[in-house]
Amino acid sequence: MTARERIAGNVAGYVDDRTGAAKWMKKNLTKVFPDHWSFLLGEICLYSFIILLLSGTFLTFWFDPSQREVIYDGGYQPLSGLKMSAAYASTLHISFEVRGGLLMRQIHHWAALIFMVGIVVHLLRVFFTGAFRKPREFNWIIGVGLLTLGIVEGFLGYSLPDDLLSGTGIRIAEAIIQAIPLVGSYIAFFAFGGTFPGESFIPRIYTVHVLLLPGIFLALITVHLMLVWYQKHTQFPGPGRTEKNVVGYPLMPVYMAKAGGFFFIVFGVTAFLGAVASINPIWLYGPYTPGQISAGSQPDWYMGWLDGLVRMSPPLETHAFGHTISWNILLPGLILPGLMFTGLALYPFIESWATGDKREHHLLDRPRNTPNRTAIGVMALTFTMVSLLNGGNDIIAQQFHLTINQMMWFSRIGVVVLPPIAFVITKRLCLSLQRADRDLVLHGRETGRLVRMPSGEFVEVHEPISAEKAWTLTSHEQIAPLELPLEDGAGVRNPGVLKNKLRNRISRATAVAVPKATETDRRELDGHH
Amino acid sequence: MAHEIEPIKDPGLPAHVHRRADSDPIAAQRAERQVAILFGLSAVGTLLLIYSYIFIKSNTSIFIPIIGNTGAQQLGLGMGMAIALFCIGAGAIHWAKTLMPDEEVIAQRHEFRSDDEDRSEFVKTVKAGASAAGLGRRPLIKRSLGVALGLSGLTPLLLLRDLGPLPKDNLQKTSWKPGTRLVTDPGDRPIRPEDLEVGAVAQTLPQLAPGEERTLNNIGKDAVLLIRLRPEEFNLTPERLSWTHEGIIAFSKICSHMGCAVALYEQQTKHLLCPCHQSTFDVTRAAKVIFGPAARPLPQLNITVDSEGFLVARTPFTEPIGPSFWERSS
Repeated sequence: MTARERIAGNVAGYVDDRTGAAKWMKKNLTKVFPDHWSFLLGEICLYSFIILLLSGTFLTFWFDPSQREVIYDGGYQPLSGLKMSAAYASTLHISFEVRGGLLMRQIHHWAALIFMVGIVVHLLRVFFTGAFRKPREFNWIIGVGLLTLGIVEGFLGYSLPDDLLSGTGIRIAEAIIQAIPLVGSYIAFFAFGGTFPGESFIPRIYTVHVLLLPGIFLALITVHLMLVWYQKHTQFPGPGRTEKNVVGYPLMPVYMAKAGGFFFIVFGVTAFLGAVASINPIWLYGPYTPGQISAGSQPDWYMGWLDGLVRMSPPLETHAFGHTISWNILLPGLILPGLMFTGLALYPFIESWATGDKREHHLLDRPRNTPNRTAIGVMALTFTMVSLLNGGNDIIAQQFHLTINQMMWFSRIGVVVLPPIAFVITKRLCLSLQRADRDLVLHGRETGRLVRMPSGEFVEVHEPISAEKAWTLTSHEQIAPLELPLEDGAGVRNPGVLKNKLRNRISRATAVAVPKATETDRRELDGHH
Repeated sequence: MAHEIEPIKDPGLPAHVHRRADSDPIAAQRAERQVAILFGLSAVGTLLLIYSYIFIKSNTSIFIPIIGNTGAQQLGLGMGMAIALFCIGAGAIHWAKTLMPDEEVIAQRHEFRSDDEDRSEFVKTVKAGASAAGLGRRPLIKRSLGVALGLSGLTPLLLLRDLGPLPKDNLQKTSWKPGTRLVTDPGDRPIRPEDLEVGAVAQTLPQLAPGEERTLNNIGKDAVLLIRLRPEEFNLTPERLSWTHEGIIAFSKICSHMGCAVALYEQQTKHLLCPCHQSTFDVTRAAKVIFGPAARPLPQLNITVDSEGFLVARTPFTEPIGPSFWERSS
C-alpha cells in the first residue's frame, strides 16, 4: 500500500465511521447513465445556473442597488455630470473601472440567456419524447416552476441597472400590476413604496433577485436532480433497452469526466461570448427617466412572447360603475400566460386521463409515434412563436420594409389561425413518418441500384435493414383506444356518460396510427416474393 | 384466420466494438498526448488572463475584424478565461472518450411502488400516530389550533402593510394647476408660443416653485408633449379646440396603455406612436387611438398664455393620466 493510498483510506474511513457513507457511495459511484446528446440539455441549465451564481456574486461586490440620485463623475465621458441613480452609476463603474467587470456582466447576461434557452429546449425534449409520464410527473411540475421563476428572475435581473431600457420594462410591469381588478393600485403602491418609480423598487427586487429566488432555485434544482437520480434516467428505445433496465455508462469514471468536462465547456463558451459579444450595453441607453424612451424597446427573448401578446391585443377596456377593467392588459399580460402555464403543468395528468394509461414509462417515445402529443406541442410552439415574432414587430417591420400595421394584423390573425393548422400538418407528418418506418422495416433500405429484370422490368434493389434498426423502429406500443361504457349492464345510461364519451373521443384521436410492421407481415411479404 | 401476430424481436445489446486505443498502445499514447496538450492550452489561457489583468491598460482599444474596435483588456481577460475553461473541458471529455472504458453497462430498474404490506403498515402507523395524539377525540384542540394557525398566517401580511402608502388620489392627480407654466425638459425654460414653429414638438414639465425639487415620480405623471400644427389642421370639438392655443396642443406624454413615454412623432401624418406597444394616436383628433392596444386617447391638457405671454395650463388634467386602474371612473 502506498502512502497516498493509506492517507486516502484513513480519510475515507474517518468519514464512514461517522456517516456510514461507504455503502451508499459504493452503490452510487457505479450508477448507470444512458447517453444521448439531448440529455445534455438539462446539464446546460444546471451549469449555466452555477455560472450565474459565480458571476452574480462577483457583480454584487460593486453593484449598489439604490435609487438614490447621484451625479456621475466616472470614466465614461458622454454621461459625465448627469443625474442618475446609484444603481446605474455603479453598473457603469463595474463596466468601465472594475477590471473584468464588463466581462463578468456580459458572462452573467449571456449565462442567463443560455439558462433560459436550455430550460425551454430541455422542456421540449422532455415533452416530445414523453419523458414526463409516470413516474416523473413531479419533476415535470418542478421543471415548469423553474421555467416560470427563470422568466421572473431574468426580468428582475436586467431591471436592476436602472437604465432607460430596463426602467421602461419596470414601467410596463407596474402597469400590469395596476391593472389587476380591485387590488391593483394597492399592490402597485406597496411594491413601489408609493408612486412609480419611487426609490424602493430596485433595492427590493435586488433582494429578491440575489437571495430569495436563487434560494428557491437551489432547492428546486436539488429536488429535481435527486428525483432524476432516484428514479434513474429515461432512455431511448433500442436493442437491449427495456422498461425494466437502464443501459449506459457508469458514473465513475466515464460520466464524471464527461459531465465535469461539459461544465467547463459550457463555462468556456459563455466566457467566449462574454469576451467578444456585447450584450446590454447600458451606457448607450442612459439613465432612466419616465419622460423618455428609446425607439425599438425590446425585452429579453424569454419575455418577448409576452410583450408580443400585449402588442397584438385588441384595444378593449370596460368602464362600468365607476371602475375600469383593462382587458388589453389583463388578457395578454395575466390571463393567457396563466392559462398556458397551468395547462403546461397539468399536461401529464391530462394526457394520462385521456389515454387511460396509468403505467410507469422509462422508454422514451419517438415523437412520430405519438402524433397527437407531438401535434399539440407544435401547436403551442406555433402560438408562442407568432407571439414572439410580434414582440419584435417594430424591428421586423423595419428590417423587411413592412408596416407595423401589416405585422400586427399578421400576428392577430396568425395567432388564432396558425396553431390549428400546425396541429393538423404535424399530425399528418407524424403518420407519414410512421408509414415510412413501416415501409423501411418491410421493404428495406433503398440502395439506389436499379436492376433490369429478365422481363425487361426495372426494379430498385432494396437492402434489408439490421435487426437492431428494425427493433428500434417497431419496439413502441400502439395502444388501443379506450372504450368506456356509455350504458351500464342493464342498458341504462350512466350518469358519467358525457365524460366517458369525451374520453373515448380523445382516446380515439390519440390512438390513430399506421400499424407498425411485424414479423408476420415480413413473412407474408417473403411468401409473395 | 385467428393466427397470432408475431412482433419483431429484440436482438439484444449489440456486441461491443473496441476502439483503437483499447488495443493499440501507440494510439493510446497519442490520445494521452492529445489530452495533455489540451490541458496545457488551458494553462496558456490562464497566463493570457493574468497578463491582460496586469499589463494591458483598461482604456487600450484594439481592432478585431467582425467585432470592430473593442477593449483590449476585456478581450484578453475573456479570451484567456474562455481558453482556460474550454480546454479543461475538452481535455476531460477527450480523455473519457478515448481512454476510459466505453463498454455500456446494464443496470436493472425496480418498481417504485412499495409492496402492499408496507403500504398498509404505513397507513396503520399514521392512524396510530393520529389517534395517539388524540386529534379525532379532542375537537376543542383541533379547532383552537386551526384558529391559532390561521390567525398567525395574517402576521406576515400585516407586517408587509408598511411597504408603501395607500394610493388615495395619487393616481388621479398630477402637479399641473391652473396657471402653472410649461417649461422645457431639459432646461426648465418657460415657453412662448412663438418659440415653437409649426410642426415642432417640445417636451415640457410644470414649472417648479422656488426651492422645489423635481423627482422622477413627478416626471412620471407630469410629462407633457407640446405639438404645434396649423389651427386649420385640427379636427376637434369646439371645446377641445378651445384647449389649444394658436395651433399648439398639449398631451400627457405618458401612454394611456402601459405608461411608456409616447415619444415618436411623425410630422407627415401627425401621428404619435408609443415605441413600447405601437399604440398610435392622431394628434389632429385629440390623440384618438387609431391603431394598437391602447384603449383611450392621451389626456389633453387645457393650455393658454399668461399675462407675460408664456404658455400655462388653464386647468389641471381633467382625467387621470397613464395606464388604467380599477378606481379610474372613465
